Amino acid sequence: MRQFITFTRKEFYHILRDRWTMLMLLAFPLIMIILFGFGITTEIKNSKIAVYDPSKDLATQNIIKKLETSEYFILSEYLNSPDQIELIFKEGKIGLMVVFSERFYENLIHTGDAQILLIADGTDPNTASTLTNYASRIIMMYLQELTDIEHLPFQINTEVKLLYNPTLEGAYNIVPGVMGMVLMLICALMTSVSIAREKELGTMEVILVSPMPPLLIVLSKVVPYFTISLINFTNVLILAVFLLGVPVNGSLFTLYLVSIIFIFVALALGLLISSVTNRQLVALLMSAMGLMMPVVMLSGLMFPIENMPLILQGIAQIIPAKWYIEAIRDVMIKGLGPADVIKEIGILSLMAVVLIGASLKKFKIRLE
Amino acid sequence: MHAVKVHEIKRNYNKVEALKGVSFEVRPGEIFGIIGPDGAGKTTLFRILTTLLLADSGTAIVDGNDVVKDFKEIRKKVGYMPGRFSLYQDLTVEENLTIFASIFKTTIEENYHLIKDIYQQIEPFKNRRAGALSGGMKQKLALSCALIHKPVILFLDEPTTGVDPVSRKEFWEMLANLKREGITILVSTPYMDEANLCDRIALIREGSFLKIDSPQNIVNQYSKRLWSVRSNDMSRLLKDLRTHKNIMTCFAFGDTHHVTVNQEKPSGEEDRFGFKDLKDFLEEKSHSEIEITAIDAGIEDCFMELAN
Repeated sequence: MRQFITFTRKEFYHILRDRWTMLMLLAFPLIMIILFGFGITTEIKNSKIAVYDPSKDLATQNIIKKLETSEYFILSEYLNSPDQIELIFKEGKIGLMVVFSERFYENLIHTGDAQILLIADGTDPNTASTLTNYASRIIMMYLQELTDIEHLPFQINTEVKLLYNPTLEGAYNIVPGVMGMVLMLICALMTSVSIAREKELGTMEVILVSPMPPLLIVLSKVVPYFTISLINFTNVLILAVFLLGVPVNGSLFTLYLVSIIFIFVALALGLLISSVTNRQLVALLMSAMGLMMPVVMLSGLMFPIENMPLILQGIAQIIPAKWYIEAIRDVMIKGLGPADVIKEIGILSLMAVVLIGASLKKFKIRLE
Repeated sequence: MHAVKVHEIKRNYNKVEALKGVSFEVRPGEIFGIIGPDGAGKTTLFRILTTLLLADSGTAIVDGNDVVKDFKEIRKKVGYMPGRFSLYQDLTVEENLTIFASIFKTTIEENYHLIKDIYQQIEPFKNRRAGALSGGMKQKLALSCALIHKPVILFLDEPTTGVDPVSRKEFWEMLANLKREGITILVSTPYMDEANLCDRIALIREGSFLKIDSPQNIVNQYSKRLWSVRSNDMSRLLKDLRTHKNIMTCFAFGDTHHVTVNQEKPSGEEDRFGFKDLKDFLEEKSHSEIEITAIDAGIEDCFMELAN
């Protein structure tokens, strides 16, 4: 036990004496959350729209007015014929095109089947889907009002996606994602690099020729990063709540429980990487490319998983961060309890067990 | 019982044979030197004996324990100091020593008598980070760390490489003291002049042992006649000497050349090939300031002879 305590203290010395590493470890998550929360936002405001309106009746005028007065859109121009639609997109002047069908109001009242076509620039799918979501939401609101006044049974589709984030605020989506990213980075990357460093500098060689069980060497490395991860998680949480105004609707206990399981998964991944390489740089690259990239790209942090090709959706299922981010979203924003995220907890626990088992099996008690 | 008993150890790295089947025994309480140039397989051998590497074939017993089966036992009782400085550079001298004491489940106080002579020299710097120490002081710290648990056998892989001559001399004096404490010491070095400080040595080259004996016996067995030759142009001298048919070998040794000579002359001539004959030959080749002396062989001469 004294071995373990001395060794853990040694790890803390390593971290505390390297000021840059220390700064990186603690400042990085905060910078990330501020950058993603404020700077890189998926919210879109004051986007230019064009309208083709052959009906020019009460309903279309009202809808256009609603779009125009919202903070999201600015009416740029009316088109006279549908032929101009392609041209105006090619010029890149507008983000969204609203096309009404003919005799819109009449059809709406009598058949309940009036049509609006929303055209967006698909080259930027994120912006496009955000804009169309905004617009449909506004149109839906109009239909709702109409229903209330006329007491007529209009068909209204409810957009489930908007339920928990009605204005599609970026921070709601980003905070769980950044948490996943930060925990993965600190646990996996730092653990693998710090073990690789002992191998690269030759200290592992001396330590192995001692009665200290190799497992204890590794465990003592895990403790500091586990601690730092929890501190970081708490920091990110505080920042998210007080600076970005993201609510914590669920229980803190569940949040920490899921996070701790995820930290174990990340630590095990770091151990696995360190058993493959003896060099810090390789460990760094493997963690960055092999772990960070999928977390950013495939976990649903940047791009919605539902929009991915089937094969990528399949790959996304085995990415721990995907389940973690889902669970955090459910608990933090939707306010669900532990019972509702039991599936995510189960999958993450299974991953943790398998990965810890694999990394212990792969762990080298000799130099190679 | 032997302190170390190695039988036919072989080890390859891909296609390179690092060790081609070496066997030797180390007696308890002796300083056993493994002497050979870089890349001869010294580090590989040390790593196998300290249970860090597995041999491809052969067996090795360290203090009665097999290096493969009983590696845990061995790790408890040997001290190992790798060739490269392998302590924590960002920790202080004292912290390093404390860590090594605690992983061997002992304390600095308990075995302080063993490291006292060595550690006292670096104790004034105990709050300095290990990375900021000089080469000689680093070696002393590394040796202190390897000794703190009172090992039965000490493995020192090239402990004096990159250390200044004064520190090297001190280091060997420390080893002599440790020997008096009853610790068996296996030490490797590329410096042939350190061979005489060992009780017995093994000369290693390209993964094979050339000879195992006491330095004195190895030198005594040297059979050739050895001359040391100097002139004003040493590099040309080396080439010219090698062209003479009575000169069997010629190697540069610091500021002189060591040559082995065949003193027989072609049939018909009575006297043997002597200093005068060689001097005449060299003067003919327009060398000046020629000095030729007969010398006794050193370990390096023996190594060169055995290696050929």
